[in-house]
Amino acid sequence: MVTYIIRRLIGAVAMLIVISMVTFGIFFVVPQWAGATPEALASRYVGRAATPETVALIAERLGFNDPVVVQYGRFVKGLVAGAEYDYGAGVEQCPAPCFGYSFISGQPVWPDLVDRMPVTFSLAIGAAILWVLAGISVGVLSALRRGSFFDRLSMGTALAGVSLPIFFTGMISLVVFSYGLGWTPPGGAWTDFTVNPAQWAYNLLLPWITLAFLFAATYARLTRAGMLETMGEDYIRTARAKGLRENQVVVRHGLRAALTPLLTLFGIDFGLLIGGAVLTETTYTLPGLGQFAILAIRNQDLPQVMGVVLVAAGFVVVASLVVDLLYAVVDPRVRLS
Amino acid sequence: MTAPLDVSGSAAEAHPESVLVGAGKAIQGRSLTRIAWMRLRRDKIALGGGVVVVLLILVAVFSSPIISLFGHPPLEFHQDQIDQNTLLPKGTFGGMGAEHLLGVEPVNGRDVFSRIVAGAWISLLIGFLATIVSVIIGTVMGVVAGYFGGWVDQIIGRIMDVFLAFPLLVFAIALVGVMPNEGFGLEGDGLRIAMLIFIIGFFSWPSIGRIVRGQTLSLREREFVDAARSLGARHGYILFREVLPNLMAPILVYATLLIPTNILFEAALSFLGVGINPPTPTWGGMLSEAVRFYTLPHFVLFPGLAIFITVLAFNLFGDGLRDAFDPRAH
Repeated sequence: MVTYIIRRLIGAVAMLIVISMVTFGIFFVVPQWAGATPEALASRYVGRAATPETVALIAERLGFNDPVVVQYGRFVKGLVAGAEYDYGAGVEQCPAPCFGYSFISGQPVWPDLVDRMPVTFSLAIGAAILWVLAGISVGVLSALRRGSFFDRLSMGTALAGVSLPIFFTGMISLVVFSYGLGWTPPGGAWTDFTVNPAQWAYNLLLPWITLAFLFAATYARLTRAGMLETMGEDYIRTARAKGLRENQVVVRHGLRAALTPLLTLFGIDFGLLIGGAVLTETTYTLPGLGQFAILAIRNQDLPQVMGVVLVAAGFVVVASLVVDLLYAVVDPRVRLS
Repeated sequence: MTAPLDVSGSAAEAHPESVLVGAGKAIQGRSLTRIAWMRLRRDKIALGGGVVVVLLILVAVFSSPIISLFGHPPLEFHQDQIDQNTLLPKGTFGGMGAEHLLGVEPVNGRDVFSRIVAGAWISLLIGFLATIVSVIIGTVMGVVAGYFGGWVDQIIGRIMDVFLAFPLLVFAIALVGVMPNEGFGLEGDGLRIAMLIFIIGFFSWPSIGRIVRGQTLSLREREFVDAARSLGARHGYILFREVLPNLMAPILVYATLLIPTNILFEAALSFLGVGINPPTPTWGGMLSEAVRFYTLPHFVLFPGLAIFITVLAFNLFGDGLRDAFDPRAH
């Protein structure tokens, strides 16, 4: 068990290292392959009005002329231990985790990211509860009544669900329920949970349902397939033969085995969502990490983009790690091997 | 006197063997492809999806003649159709009618129908080519991992894990966002399309890679591979002549299922404004422009339905194809 946890932890750290390399590569190496010079990279840091001499100076100061490895080392050091920026007008301290300063506002990136986390987290957690409950129960019922009207209807709906882009269903839901019927608030409504929990839930209701519909469709399909497979296994027959009640057979023996593979998927999906539900947040104009990412890209605000990418990847890694540890609890085979 | 019975005609045809159905044909073994095709033909829903897919491909390939047939290029403004005070189309239902089949866009009055048709070309082009990119990467990685096993498999498996756990959308957005407007000898739409194909393909190969790896693992142990090996065949020969042909069916199936995912990916990027740049028509881009005109629901509806129908058709066809090749998978 302990070795398992240690192995997973090392894996997670390795993953973070790879992600930091890829992120670094995207922002500093790939543009150079495409023909961007150190001066072109530096010009993003100084605004459009700067003279060529200033640009060259900043390129030198920020170390764009150094070898890639040295630049990467400096980038990681900033994340872990903080960094000092020397723009010429005095040295500026950037405490760890240092994602640098926004080009637009001049503010450090990290506090801005922290501010937006509650929105994305609220969105993800509500939707996750809905989609897990709906997806799994529909999937189980469909599998148990294979070929029935319910099965066909729900699987047809699920197939339609996975084929609908969320920015389309989101817009239609806004047009119908917010602007048409007036049941739900318009896009952009956000109240912090600590301010007013009821308003918080009311504002998020429509995004939750829309987002959950998309995922529930996938989970229902996978649960159904998994249940059909496990319910055909020999140990299910054994469980029935020893006289267990049918719902015990289904829940304790069938569902438990069918759901284990779904746990991994859930870890990744949830991690990806709390790293920024880009499409949902854009559709409903919610001020979360995903919207932050899009705004940062539109403004070409590289430090912000890099920050949000790294944070998003970090969440996935942490969520996968938690799932892996949960596995050890749920599935004894993992613990023992 | 009654006429004598005329038996000559029918007697000549009445061979004793003719009671056997299918007599005269040699008995043939059915290949796996043939069995799959027979199953697929019985699956009406999958066939329906397939027909829609073929129609969509035809519309996409012949998008320019179709557009010129109706006479309204996708970038042409029709200010006369727009009420200059509200900037909305003058006619009812967004100006739908014989002249503009699906109406015109608000503000500049571009023809919605021709933009949808032109968008089909971009969507399918990127969907198909990105899928080819991921199939190539996924097949090579999967075959190598499955066939050689050991540490090679370990490393490739880890790489796949990393890719599956990446925040792909955020990464893709960031990557598209930092790219300069010209490079690799391309510029404008050409560069954007090439970039999207590469990025989408590069980020979605692990799903194919996993399938191919699993199939290769089981193929590797089969007798015909053993036979080839004991006859002294080299790795290259075994991989290309023995293993790869047997992987064609699963690759085809999962490639078909990957196309709609990639089409959704492209639509999402264009919706977010980091895909193909306006004014070039894309379905995602049309949806993002429609956000400001929610009082005209059909303006949202047409590009949305175009995406939905396309993705659903590919999914139905792909599901049917998978069931046909491997009935146990469902």
